[in-house]
Amino acid sequence: MTHQYMEVNNKKVEITGNEKNILEVVRNMGIEIPTFCYHSELSVYGACRMCMVEDERGNLVASCSLKPQAGMKIKTHTKKIMDTRRMILELLLANHHQDCTTCEKSGNCKLQELAVNMGVKKVRFKPRKPWQDIDTSSASIVRDPNKCILCGDCVRMCSEVQGVGVLGFINRGPNINVVPAFDKPIADVDCVNCGQCVSICPTGALTIKDDTLKVWEALSDPKKKVVVQIAPAVRVAIGEEFNHTEGSNYLYKSVAALKMMGADYVFDTSFSADLTVVEEATEFLNRVVKGEKLPQFTSCCPGWVTYAEKNCPDLLSNLSSCKSPQQMFGAVFKKFFAKKMNIPTEDMYVVSVMPCTAKKFEAERPEMSTDSYQDVDAVITTVELARMIRKMGIKFEELEPASLDMPFGFSSGAGVIFGTSGGVAEAALRYAVEKLSGETLNEVNFREVRGLEGLKEATFNIHGKDIKLAVVSGLANTQQLIEKIRKKEVSYDFVEVMACPGGCIGGGGQPVPNTSETRVLRSKGLYDIDAKSTVKKAQNNPTIEKLYDEWLKTPNSDEAHYALHTHYGHKKRIGGMEIKDEAKENANEKIVISVCVGTNCYLKGSYDVLQELIGLAREHGIEDKVEFKGTFCLENCSNGPSIKVSDDLHKYGVQKEETQKFFNNVVLPRVK
Amino acid sequence: MHKTKTVQEPLRNFAKVKEIIEKYGTERSALIPVLQAIQGEFRYLPQEMLSFVATAMGIPQAEVFGVATFYAQFSTQPKGKHIVQVCDGTACHVRGASDIIKKFKKDLQIPEGKTTTDDLYVTLETVSCLGACALAPAVVVDGKVYGNVNFEDVARIIVTMKESDDE
Amino acid sequence: MSKIFEELTREAVNTPKIPCREFINAKLGLTELNEEKSKLAEELSTVYRRESGVFDCQIALCKGTGCHSSGEVALCQKIDEVLKEKGLRDKVNIVETGCRGFCEMGPLVEIFPQHIFYCKVKPENIEDIITKTVMNGQVIEELLFDGIPIAEQIPFYKKQVRRVLKESGHINPENINDSIVHEAYQGFLKATKMTPEDVIAVMKDSGLRGRGGGGFSTGLKWEFTRATPSAKKYIICNADEGDPGAFMDRSLLEGDPHKIIEGMMIAGYAIGADEGYIYVRAEYPLAIHRLEIAIAQCKEFGILGENVLGTGFNFNVKIKQGAGAFVCGEETALISSIEGKRGMPTVKPPFPSTSGLFGKPTSINNVETFANVPLILNKGVAWFRQVGTPKSAGTKVFAMTGKIRNTGLVEVPMGITLREIVFEIGGGLKDGAKFKAAQIGGPSGGCLTEEHLDMPLDYDSLQAAGAMVGSGGLVILDEKTCMVETARYFMSFTQNESCGKCIPCREGTGRMLEIMERIVIGKGKMEDISLLEELAHTIKDASLCGLGKTAPNPVLSTLKYFHEEDLAHINDQRCPAGECASLRIFEIVPELCKGCSKCARVCPNNAITGEIKKPYVIDQEKCIKCGACESACPFNAIKVG
Repeated sequence: MTHQYMEVNNKKVEITGNEKNILEVVRNMGIEIPTFCYHSELSVYGACRMCMVEDERGNLVASCSLKPQAGMKIKTHTKKIMDTRRMILELLLANHHQDCTTCEKSGNCKLQELAVNMGVKKVRFKPRKPWQDIDTSSASIVRDPNKCILCGDCVRMCSEVQGVGVLGFINRGPNINVVPAFDKPIADVDCVNCGQCVSICPTGALTIKDDTLKVWEALSDPKKKVVVQIAPAVRVAIGEEFNHTEGSNYLYKSVAALKMMGADYVFDTSFSADLTVVEEATEFLNRVVKGEKLPQFTSCCPGWVTYAEKNCPDLLSNLSSCKSPQQMFGAVFKKFFAKKMNIPTEDMYVVSVMPCTAKKFEAERPEMSTDSYQDVDAVITTVELARMIRKMGIKFEELEPASLDMPFGFSSGAGVIFGTSGGVAEAALRYAVEKLSGETLNEVNFREVRGLEGLKEATFNIHGKDIKLAVVSGLANTQQLIEKIRKKEVSYDFVEVMACPGGCIGGGGQPVPNTSETRVLRSKGLYDIDAKSTVKKAQNNPTIEKLYDEWLKTPNSDEAHYALHTHYGHKKRIGGMEIKDEAKENANEKIVISVCVGTNCYLKGSYDVLQELIGLAREHGIEDKVEFKGTFCLENCSNGPSIKVSDDLHKYGVQKEETQKFFNNVVLPRVK
Repeated sequence: MHKTKTVQEPLRNFAKVKEIIEKYGTERSALIPVLQAIQGEFRYLPQEMLSFVATAMGIPQAEVFGVATFYAQFSTQPKGKHIVQVCDGTACHVRGASDIIKKFKKDLQIPEGKTTTDDLYVTLETVSCLGACALAPAVVVDGKVYGNVNFEDVARIIVTMKESDDE
Repeated sequence: MSKIFEELTREAVNTPKIPCREFINAKLGLTELNEEKSKLAEELSTVYRRESGVFDCQIALCKGTGCHSSGEVALCQKIDEVLKEKGLRDKVNIVETGCRGFCEMGPLVEIFPQHIFYCKVKPENIEDIITKTVMNGQVIEELLFDGIPIAEQIPFYKKQVRRVLKESGHINPENINDSIVHEAYQGFLKATKMTPEDVIAVMKDSGLRGRGGGGFSTGLKWEFTRATPSAKKYIICNADEGDPGAFMDRSLLEGDPHKIIEGMMIAGYAIGADEGYIYVRAEYPLAIHRLEIAIAQCKEFGILGENVLGTGFNFNVKIKQGAGAFVCGEETALISSIEGKRGMPTVKPPFPSTSGLFGKPTSINNVETFANVPLILNKGVAWFRQVGTPKSAGTKVFAMTGKIRNTGLVEVPMGITLREIVFEIGGGLKDGAKFKAAQIGGPSGGCLTEEHLDMPLDYDSLQAAGAMVGSGGLVILDEKTCMVETARYFMSFTQNESCGKCIPCREGTGRMLEIMERIVIGKGKMEDISLLEELAHTIKDASLCGLGKTAPNPVLSTLKYFHEEDLAHINDQRCPAGECASLRIFEIVPELCKGCSKCARVCPNNAITGEIKKPYVIDQEKCIKCGACESACPFNAIKVG
C-alpha cells in the first residue's frame, strides 16, 4: 500500500486511515489540542469548539469530527484559533461561579487549566443568571449547576455508557441546563450513584460528596476506635494522584498514611472479599443443585444493585443475597472483632476507602443496618483519601510503606482481583470448581473471564456439568444482556455485573483521567498482585477458616445469613410525584384510597380498578366519605395493582375482577 | 385548535395517554407527535404524563423532559383557557408588535414575569412569525387570526374572546 | 364549447368539477387516448381551465392565510347567499384558491370570464359585485387596484415572472384533478423515462441552487446522496420556514401542494429513496391540512405508494409537524427532530448525504427548491435558464414586508435589482416615506442600503454585500426605523432560538444581545463596538451550525452601513430614527401649544404641567417616554426627537 500523508503546521504527517479524527492525528504528534466535550469513549458531540483547527482556506473546522484525508493541510495554533479559544474560555468563565480557591475540583479542573494556559487575563462580561442552588441530596454526588459548562459529557456518559440516562438537557438557548429528570434532586431520580458523571466532568459541576470531614472528626475523637478498610482497586490507582505510575501497588503507603492520620486499625477489603467468595459461591452451588433462581447475579456492586431495584423487579430474586465485601467487612468488625477486642460497638468507627461513589449510598442503606447500627460509618473514595493525605501534608512519595494489621489484613489473590471486571467470577470459580469436583484446583487462572471488554462469556465443564458464565461491566452493556436474558436468547448460570466499565478499577471515585488506557494498567496491577500472592483461593485464607470456626460455623449458616446477607426491594424510579385527587376540599374525616398508576400497575389494569371504585362509591352514595388518589409506585410492583387504604397497603393488590369484593369487604366496612 | 376544558383538571386521564401512545406507537420518532397529542388534550404536559410516556416508550425520563422543554410549542406549566399569540416576526416587529404585546399584557392583567393569569384564564405568548407578514402586526386568539392590529383592536379582540365564554 | 363537453360527458364520467377521468389517466401516462379523443380531452381541460364552461361565470377567492384571515370565509358565505337569492347559484362557480401573493390588498376576488380583479373586498360589496359585475359585466371602480381591472396589468404582477407560483392562486389546491390538468406530475413522468443519473445531470445543468438559505447546488446534493450505497434512503422536504418575515413556503404548500410532492418524488427517483418526510411548522395548520388532502388524493390516484403510475418506482410521503424551534431549519437539527430528539444540530461531517435520517443517506431540500424541480424536468434546462443569471439561474420568491406599499409574495428572476422590486413591484414605500434599507435574509442576513438599489440580487452579489438570499425575506425599512434597534431585534431572536449546544452561539449571541440592549438605551460605550466585532468573529468562525455562523450578520451589517447610528446612540444618547423609546425626547413646541391641557390629562406620570391657554411643559425627569401626549395633542405640538 502506498503511504498517505497530510500536513499539520506545514509538517508532513503519515496517516494510516485508521485514525478516528484529525484530533487523534495531532495528539499523536505530541501536540495537545484542548477539548471539553471530546472523549474517545463517548459519541462525538462537537459543542465546545475548542478543538478547532484552521484549514487551507482559512476556515475553522472542528478536529474532533473531521476525518483525516490524504493531502489535507491544517494548522493547529494560528492567531485566529488562539483568539477563538480565548474568547470561548472568557465566555464560559463569565457564567462560571469562579470560587476556584474553595472548589473541590481546583487543580484538576479543565476550565481552570485551559484558562491559565490560553492566557485569559480578564473576563469582560458579568454573570448573566443568578446563582442556582447546589444539589446535595445524593449520598454520593454533588451537583453545582453554577459550574456547569454544558459540554454534555455527563449526559452522554450516563446514557451511552451507563444506559441510565438520569441527566439530560432542558430548555434551549440561554436557558439551557443539564439537570436530572424534571429538574428534581438527584436523590429523587433513577440515579444509581455510579459516579461516572463525576469522573468525566471537566469542572466542579459534578463532584463526589465529600465525607472526609466525618473521617477527620472520628480520627480526632479519642473515644473512637477507627477501623479502616481499603478496597482492592484503590491500591492500583491512588498513586496517580501523586504522579506515580498507574497500576503500581500503593496499598502499603496508603496504610502508612492512614496510620499517620491516626487510624487505629487498617485492613484490606480483599479479606472480606474472600468471605464474600465463600458465601456467594456456596449460595450459587446450592442454587445449581436445586436448579432454581438461575442465573445468579452478583450483588457486590451497589450501582448494579440499585439499577436492578429500579429497573428489574423481575430479577431481584436472582441477585445473590450476599452483602458486598465492604458491608461484610463492617459486619465482621462490628459484630465479631469488636467483641473480641472488647471495643463497645458504639465506639467502633468503620471507614471504607473505596474506588466507588455508590459505596457511600450503600453504606447508608437501611438494609445495611442490623442491631440498630450501620455496618459502615463513613466511605471515602480514592480521590478523597489522596486529598486527606495532601491535607495532612504527608509526602506520599517519601512515605515508608507500612503493613496491614493482622489477622484480617491477610487475603488471597482471589479477594484482590475483585477490583476488576471478571475478578469476582474468577474468584468464585476458584471456589466452586474445587467444591464441585472435590479435587484440589491447581490451575487457578481463568483467563476467559479476564480483560476489559464490556461482555465476556465462558462455559466451564466442571465434573461433567456445564456452567455458563457471563461477565458484564458498564450498565448499558448490562441492560442489553438483561434484555437478551429476558427474551431467553441467552441463558447463564452465573452473571457477574459491575456498573462501571472495567469494574471497580474504573469506579467513579477513582482519580481522573479514568480512561480505558488507565483502566488497563490498573487491572494489570491487580492481576500482578494475584500472581505474586501465596494464597490464591479464598477458601485457603486461614483467617476465613478461623472466622467460620469461631463464629459463623458454616457458609450460609443462620449466623452468616444474619450478619452477611441482605435483601432487596423495588425502589421508586422517580420520587416526589403525586397525582391530584378527584375529591372535594373538606377531606378531614375521609378515607383515602390511593391506587398506583405507575407503569407496572397501570399495565395490570389499575386505572380500571380506580374507575370502578369511583363508580362504586357513587353508587353507594359514599362519594363524600371517600377520597380517591392516583399515585405513583407504592413499591409493591410484583403484586400490583397496588392499593393503599388510608395508610394500609393492601399487600396482595386488587385485580380488576376483585374490585367489587374489595369494595364490599374493605372499603364499605371502613366507611361504616 | 385548543380544547376548552375545566381549569382544574382533576385526576388525569391516563387512559387517554395510553390511547395516544397506542396510536402513534412506541418508536422513538413518535415521541414528538405523542407529546403534541397530549398537549392538545391537556393544553400542557403534566409531569406525571411525561413520566408515564417515558416508561411506556422506553425513553429515559430526563430525555422526555428534555424534548418537552426544547420546543416552544410545549409547555410544562398549565396554560390558560384562552391563548393569545402575538407575532413578533420581523414584519410585525417593525410595524409595532412590541407595543401590542405590552397593551395585551396590561389589558389582560398578566402578572409581571409570567405569561398566564393566576386564574388560568388566559395565556399570552409571543411567537416568531406566523407567516402572516402581510397582516402585520398579527395576533392569533384561540386559533383565529387577526391582522393589522392596533390599540383599539386589542380591546375589541379581548371582548370577543370573553364573549366566547358564554357560548 | 358546451357541445364538446357534452360529448365527453357521454364518453366518460365527467362533471364540470371533475374533469374526464380518462383524460387524467392519459395525463398520468396510465392510458393512451386516440387522436380524436385526445383532442377532445385537451379541449375539455381548456374548459376546465375556466376559459369557458357550463358555468357562465366563476368567482375565484384567494384562500391564502392572508386573505383567509382578512375575512375570506365571510365573503364566501355571502357570495353563496346572494347567488342563491338571485337564483344564480348553479350558473356561477365559486373556487377557493391558494395564495395569490398580493396579501396587502386582501381579500382578493377575481371574476371570470372577464378576469376582473377586486381588492380589499368586504361582505357589503358582494351584492354589488354580483349584480353589477357578474350579471352585467360592469366594473366597480372602487374595488380595483389603482383603477386597473386586470390582475396581470397591475405593476405588482407585471414585473414578476411567476413560475413556481404560477398555479398557486389559480387552481383549487384541494383538488388533485385541477393540478393534473395544470401539468402536475408531468416532470415526474419525464424523469422516470430517464436514468436517475441523467436526472441528476439535468439538475446540475440547470444550475438550481438551494432556495432555503445556503444556495448549494441541488444536483450536487443529490449526486452525493445517490453515491452513498444504502438500501434505504430518505428525502426530506424542509418546510420549517422559520425566518421571521418569510412566508413563501407556506404559500406554496397552501396553494400548490402537488408541486412539492412531485419535486420530492423526482428527488426520490434520482437518489434512490422510497420515503419522504415533509417537516412542516405546526404554526401552518392550513398548509398541513392541504398537504394531508394532497397526499391522500395522490394515494388514491396511485401517484404515491407502490409502483407509482406503473413505473415500478415506490414512494411514500409522511408529514412531520415541527414543534416550534427555528433551529430545526438547520438540516441536522431537523433530522434530530424527526427522530424524536431535541432539535440540536450535530457535527458535519458526517453530512446527511452519507448519514442522515435514522443514519441513512438523506437529501434535504427546501419547499421552493422542490417546487422548481418538476418545472426543470418538464420544460427543460434551457427554459429554466432563460431567466436569472448564469450562476443564479431561475427565479426566486421574495416575501416583501415592512414599510412597503404592496406587501406580498413576489417571484422575480434572479439578478433583478432591489430598485425594481421595491419601487416597481412593491409600489414604493408606505405613505411616501423615504427608503432607508432592506433587510434581506432574516436573522442570518444583512441590510442593503440605497447604494445597493441597483445591485443585482443573486446569491453571490448578496454575499459580497454582507447579506444573503436566505429564504427570501425582504423587509423594507424607512427613515423611522432604527437600524440599531433592528439589529438588536435580530440578535434577541437568534439568542432565543439558539439551541444552546455550542458555546460561541449560546454564550456569544447572549453577550452581543447584552451589548445591543445597552446601546439602544443609550448606555453603550465606545469599546462595545470592538467587543461586538470580536464576539461576532468568534461566533461566525466557531459556531457549530448555520444559525450561529450567520447570527452576527445583522449586527455586522449595521456596523458597516449605519455606523453613525451606533455612534449617535453611544456618544449622544440619541436615536436618529426616533424609534428607541428610552432615547426619545418629547418636547412641547410653545408656538404650537394652545394650552388645552389634553396632554397633561393623559400623561400617566404627571410629567406635564402648565396653565390653561398657556404653553405646557414636559418635565424630562418625570417623562417615561410613553408617547401618550403625542397622540393626544390635537395641534401636533409635541415634538419627538
